[in-house]
Amino acid sequence: MATLNRPTGADLLMRVYLFVFFFYLLAPLAVMALATFNTSRFPTITPWLGTTTQWFVALWNDRQMWQGLSSSFIVGIAVIVVSVPIGVAAAMLLDGVHRKARTFLYAVMVSPLLTPGVIIGISTLVFWDRLGVKGGLHLAVIGQSSFIIAYVMLMVSARLQRFDRTLEEAALDLGASHTQVFAKILFPYLRPAILAGAVLAFFQSFENYNVTLFTRGTDTTLTVYIASKVRTGLTPAVNALALILITITIVFAVGYEILRRNQKAKAAA
Amino acid sequence: MSALVRRYGWPITLFMTGTTAVWLVVMVILPALVMVEYSFHPNLPVTKRGGPEDYYTLTNYAALFRGIDLTTWTFPNDFTVFIRTIWGASLVTFLSLVVCYPIAWHVAKIAPPRRAAVMILLLVIPFWINEILRTFAWYIILAYQGPLNAALLGLGILDKPVRWLSGSGGVLIGMTYAFLLFMMFPLINAIETLDTNQVEAAKDLGAPTWQIHRRIVIPHAKPGIAVGCIMVFVLAASSYIVPALLGSPGTRWFTETIYVWFFEGQDWPRGSAYAFILLTLCITFIMLVMRLFKVGLADIAK
Repeated sequence: MATLNRPTGADLLMRVYLFVFFFYLLAPLAVMALATFNTSRFPTITPWLGTTTQWFVALWNDRQMWQGLSSSFIVGIAVIVVSVPIGVAAAMLLDGVHRKARTFLYAVMVSPLLTPGVIIGISTLVFWDRLGVKGGLHLAVIGQSSFIIAYVMLMVSARLQRFDRTLEEAALDLGASHTQVFAKILFPYLRPAILAGAVLAFFQSFENYNVTLFTRGTDTTLTVYIASKVRTGLTPAVNALALILITITIVFAVGYEILRRNQKAKAAA
Repeated sequence: MSALVRRYGWPITLFMTGTTAVWLVVMVILPALVMVEYSFHPNLPVTKRGGPEDYYTLTNYAALFRGIDLTTWTFPNDFTVFIRTIWGASLVTFLSLVVCYPIAWHVAKIAPPRRAAVMILLLVIPFWINEILRTFAWYIILAYQGPLNAALLGLGILDKPVRWLSGSGGVLIGMTYAFLLFMMFPLINAIETLDTNQVEAAKDLGAPTWQIHRRIVIPHAKPGIAVGCIMVFVLAASSYIVPALLGSPGTRWFTETIYVWFFEGQDWPRGSAYAFILLTLCITFIMLVMRLFKVGLADIAK
């Protein structure tokens, strides 16, 4: 009891815990990254057999990797094309309906976010199979979009809630058409949220595994490629790919944080 | 509808309702319903579908429980896997909460703003890194000749290497690692909104640290705890890649069983029934937590 009240003892304990926690959080990623440069055929850092960059070359020469990468890009772009317009439309609809309907509609719209990915994948696969559509990248796009639309909807909704509706009314009173109001007022206002939604949609699609696993048919995206490589034919070339993806992620995460903080600061000012 | 038309005009209203309807009906509701309907059919070749052998049946659901014998305490394989999944996901959820709470408290209330910002960045980076890669990292660490065994042997803690990847331990470690940040951020967000004066007042009145947490911080952080538990449990229960990479045949997860019924057993109705059981498990957990912590859907989707 007494030790808890003495600040130094508790502080020290906390400091040790913080260190252990962040070590636990970051060390595995460092190990994975380091193993890229070990000549050992199995990715590890113990024992260190020699330093090399050969695994980047091996990755570069892996045709399956390029195929997976291009599939992931195609799916990601298609998901943006499907999700962004529907997400924006859904957000506008949600903003416009009566309050009672809104609660219900909102619950239905966010339900895909709480549904496990494997379930979304399975239901998409079974549903389209009954209509005679087999698995493949197209089905992966449909399956992924069914929950990614909800993300876009939430992002656009958040911005829409702060929208000054008198602007719309003023424009209508002054004789603008509804389409003009949308094109000249609402859309420009929503553009930052739409862009952010598009980036998020691509990212979510690119890293998706669970939905893709069931809907992909015989096609392979990059995540499916990585998973299958780890299980059969694992070499540090997979680490090289992981290292590249992590670097891209860090750049994005830091950029996104800076952007978010600037906006927060702007909102506070 | 009329309010919508007045605000957006006919063309935009039609587009909005049309696309939203396509999304919700064709991509969300109908697939779920068709999957559930499918799960009540026997597994038949395409030619026999709709024929006399095609009737509604509960076989696919009963299959999970068939063979349970309480007198000899024997359980069929799929059922064991199902129970293991519930138990494992609950354990991962609990572990995440225990591990994250002190960190979340520190980041939200104790650390000076600058240090808190750095810590949040250090949390955000792994959060954005793909689940497969995070799992793969542990695959390397836990390997028989990997760094963990090497370090423990080097330190003299072990005298022979341990096969980490042959029991449930590896799966639980990897899952906690993969999903714990889904607990962290809701906790930080919830604790951040607590008025620090309340804590100060309690301290001045002589409350010990554990009382402050039990009486003030934890009750206030309830929505965050609820959201974190829901996220981690659903992600863990429905994870495929973590048990697939870090487990062995003896530690199969329910998602793997479903996958096998679909693509190796070619029994889609059975797979659909199991998928529906998994979905029901997740929904039950969500409802339970929402009722227990008295939080609404809007708190969760934030």
